[in-house]
Amino acid sequence: MTVRVHLWSGLRRLAGGADAVEVEAATIGQMFDALIALHPGLEPFIKAGVSVAIDGEVTSGGRNIPIAPENEIYLLQRVKGG
Amino acid sequence: MPKDELKGGFRLIGTRPNRPDGLDKVTGRARYGADIVAANMLHAAVVRSPHAHARIKKIDASRALALEGVKAVVTRADFPTGLTGEDWNLQENTIAGDTALYDGHAVAAVAATSALVAQDAARLIEVEYEILPHVTDVDAAMAPDAPVIRAGYADHSVPEGMHPNVVRYIDFGHGDTEAGFAAADLIREHTYKTEATHQGYIEPHACLGQLGADGRGEMWVCTQGHWYIRRMCAAVLGIDAANLRVTPSEIGGGFGGKTTIFMEPLALALSRKAGGRPVKLVMSRAEVLRATGPTASASMDVKIGMKKDGTITAAAVNFRMQGGAFIGMSPVTEALQCAFACYDIPALMHEGYEVLANRPKAAAYRAPGAPMAAFAVESLLDEMCRELALDPLRVRLKNAAKEGTKSSYGPSYNRIGFVETLEAALAHPNLAAPLGPNQGRGVASAFWFNHGGETSVSLAIGEDGTVQVSVGTPDIGGSRASIALMVAERIGIEYDAVRVNVVETGALGVNEPTHGSRATFASGKAAVEAAEQAIAEMCRRAAAEWGIDAEAVEWVDGAACPAGPNAGKFPPMTIAEIGAKMGGTGGPISGHHESVPGGVGASFGTHVVDVEVDPATGKTTVLRYLVVQDAGRAIHPAYVEGQYQGGAAQGIGWALNEEYVYGADGRLQNPVFLDYRIPVASDLPMIDTVIVEVPNPGHPYGVRGVGETGIAPPLPAIANAVAAATGARLRSLPISPPKLLAAMKHK
Amino acid sequence: MTKIHVTTTVNGETAEFLTDPRETLLDVLRNQLGLTGSKEGCGTGDCGACSVLVDGVLVSSCLVLGVEAQGKTIETIEGMADPKGDLHPLQRKFIEHAALQCGFCTPGVLVAAKALLAQNPDPTETEIRYWLAGNLCRCTGYDKIVRAVQDAAAEMRGAA
Repeated sequence: MTVRVHLWSGLRRLAGGADAVEVEAATIGQMFDALIALHPGLEPFIKAGVSVAIDGEVTSGGRNIPIAPENEIYLLQRVKGG
Repeated sequence: MPKDELKGGFRLIGTRPNRPDGLDKVTGRARYGADIVAANMLHAAVVRSPHAHARIKKIDASRALALEGVKAVVTRADFPTGLTGEDWNLQENTIAGDTALYDGHAVAAVAATSALVAQDAARLIEVEYEILPHVTDVDAAMAPDAPVIRAGYADHSVPEGMHPNVVRYIDFGHGDTEAGFAAADLIREHTYKTEATHQGYIEPHACLGQLGADGRGEMWVCTQGHWYIRRMCAAVLGIDAANLRVTPSEIGGGFGGKTTIFMEPLALALSRKAGGRPVKLVMSRAEVLRATGPTASASMDVKIGMKKDGTITAAAVNFRMQGGAFIGMSPVTEALQCAFACYDIPALMHEGYEVLANRPKAAAYRAPGAPMAAFAVESLLDEMCRELALDPLRVRLKNAAKEGTKSSYGPSYNRIGFVETLEAALAHPNLAAPLGPNQGRGVASAFWFNHGGETSVSLAIGEDGTVQVSVGTPDIGGSRASIALMVAERIGIEYDAVRVNVVETGALGVNEPTHGSRATFASGKAAVEAAEQAIAEMCRRAAAEWGIDAEAVEWVDGAACPAGPNAGKFPPMTIAEIGAKMGGTGGPISGHHESVPGGVGASFGTHVVDVEVDPATGKTTVLRYLVVQDAGRAIHPAYVEGQYQGGAAQGIGWALNEEYVYGADGRLQNPVFLDYRIPVASDLPMIDTVIVEVPNPGHPYGVRGVGETGIAPPLPAIANAVAAATGARLRSLPISPPKLLAAMKHK
Repeated sequence: MTKIHVTTTVNGETAEFLTDPRETLLDVLRNQLGLTGSKEGCGTGDCGACSVLVDGVLVSSCLVLGVEAQGKTIETIEGMADPKGDLHPLQRKFIEHAALQCGFCTPGVLVAAKALLAQNPDPTETEIRYWLAGNLCRCTGYDKIVRAVQDAAAEMRGAA
């Protein structure tokens, strides 16, 4: 399944300048692996920890979380609360 | 109809019963961090650096150890080496290694038979320092000639050529800002600064720790999250997490500042060195202010483009924040993400820098980053509305984010209630109150994400049909009451028949702290899920007794009932009857739920404040204050109002009084409440509240977190009101009388 | 350092203790007499969490030495409810009005509010705010505290 992953602008430099990247993935983990395979420059950011928003909701970024072509997927910098 | 669309019809939700821990807390019986003793207990004191930046050349504890009653001294040499990442940061902050990085940084700790002897001994520990150049201001720390706090510490994100104190760079945005600004009728750009403030919880950090030579130990501690304490202490000390049992005391306020460790490993290390005797460690107020996590200080550039009708066409921000001498502590990412989150803006650019400075390691403080961002953005927005003679609330309404809006930080919003807060503010009588001379009105809005987080809850049915719920989120502001209300509502029993206990680390799976406005949302949601499991099991027990299918049994008003006429004619079997005989029908009945709950509902609020400024002194008096915020659904409205009022009071303090004042020597000048002045009762008016309820579809009863958002709008709302009253626009906080007086003279 | 023997009355009962002359009354109450309801929030007399009455006068017990308690009558939060456990109206109203969140400042606020109502049974909002200005609360914004004191005062006057 092809999913479309929106990147924050700091990541776009490392991914050929595109706002969004299409990769084959059915889970967040597969998505991370495919992104790194396609654009190795993303690896340090992804390894440092990113949040993944699926359809407007910020998830824990767990690798087993399923994703599908119809989802709106955004990578976000990690968020903490008080 | 889904639950989240229900407008009412609840038996208990929305009522205001007495909180279950109320009696203990009005009689002095509730036990906080410093209120416990253990047999054979020792008391500890900490030696702290008086210098902002200094190499530690030598520590000589011989005179202290010779004092009668002194049992142990620890320094960094007593801690394991080789830690990396945030574990190393935690250890380095708990006790300095080669270098003291801020005024108040712990250098050594001592345990003795009494607190007085421990304090005497701490004074006898001789530390030889080589003083290094220091920097405490965020902009100064980025300047080319700034002293380097730690070389080679910046992460992968920092562009080449930056000063080594710049350790993180963030940028994101969407749309064409150049075209957006070109389409604007008015473009304005200003720089804003906020000083660091402290969470200011009235209870200083306190713990009682015990650790044996076998690596097993326990701790009693005031904390927002005892699993965090367990994990962090275990990492810093090199022990196994499961061997450290952590029990949370009642907590005397946290506001984000008690989500991490500051001195807890010192008590454990001292205990281990003193043959496993328990060690009590209680901070003084000065230690709290000097050496625990305040929030970041910020320097922020904002540029907004607006059409004559108030439509925002583009905006750009560049934020710089220092969060102390450690990476990852400044909430610059969150500040950027919150900056324009209230609005639907076609073109946005955000840039941010995290910077090291010789200040204590910042901690989370209520909606971390949101107050600073709101001050900068909402101040400029107000200025532009005045320039274009537009109503500031209506301009916010015109640009307001709604369901489906692509947020400023990326993803699209689900159901949110920002518009509803603006409409409720516009309709409120405070907006019609007449203003006199030297008086002005200010408005501002803010956003906070809210958070789900790791959650584990268990629930058990008692033999008499009462219900106990075990949660891992400490109760800071009435969450036991709200969780009990939800469980009682779902099971169909009385509120008093549910007892919610905050339990220790040995009793549940991992729980994140009470942070991110999550306790009522996440522990509440998990408790309802656990109740569903117990209800299903009770229905199975009844079905087995009646000899019918479990699917033919439904749960109504606290009892199992046949689901319809075809199921058979049996009188309802109450929870008390099921509980009384569960030993003979299959054993204990319980439910549990573990998850990282999704469905977190974003939070929006709008505040309206009236102030009067004394033209002779520059003192600002808050005359009237209104908080409007979307709660999703208010489970216990009194404690929701309490969160709104408390958040507003903290924001008012940040706006008018509170700041970290550093001298040229890099020492904190105001580490006592007399000089770090938080609002007192006579500083404030009554704080009016409107609870907007746009139910969150992601929670069984529509809850959104309510704790954090309310601290952000007061900073700009007060600055805007002061500008309206005086014509003077303050772009740095706090708006202290001398600062305002000078601005009024030069306007 | 040689300890000093002190005899005093706390919440109607005779209490004796040995104290280091550097120890505060708050230290003695908490550590020697086990009365941990009085809290230390600052140790410098700024926060009021340690408020007690000494011979009927409201004081910050962190600013009183233990030795000064000799021969005095001390009232703490633990003595506020009647001996059977029935709550003082202020205690009851604080629970009913949700006038506490974390509860840490609450004992001091209650002791101070009781002292206010003893000399002014019908205080205005402003009088309550200025009287309680020495008791810091970081959770509530004081709104519900003021309302609870007003409501308790009305009940005690028989006006409720």
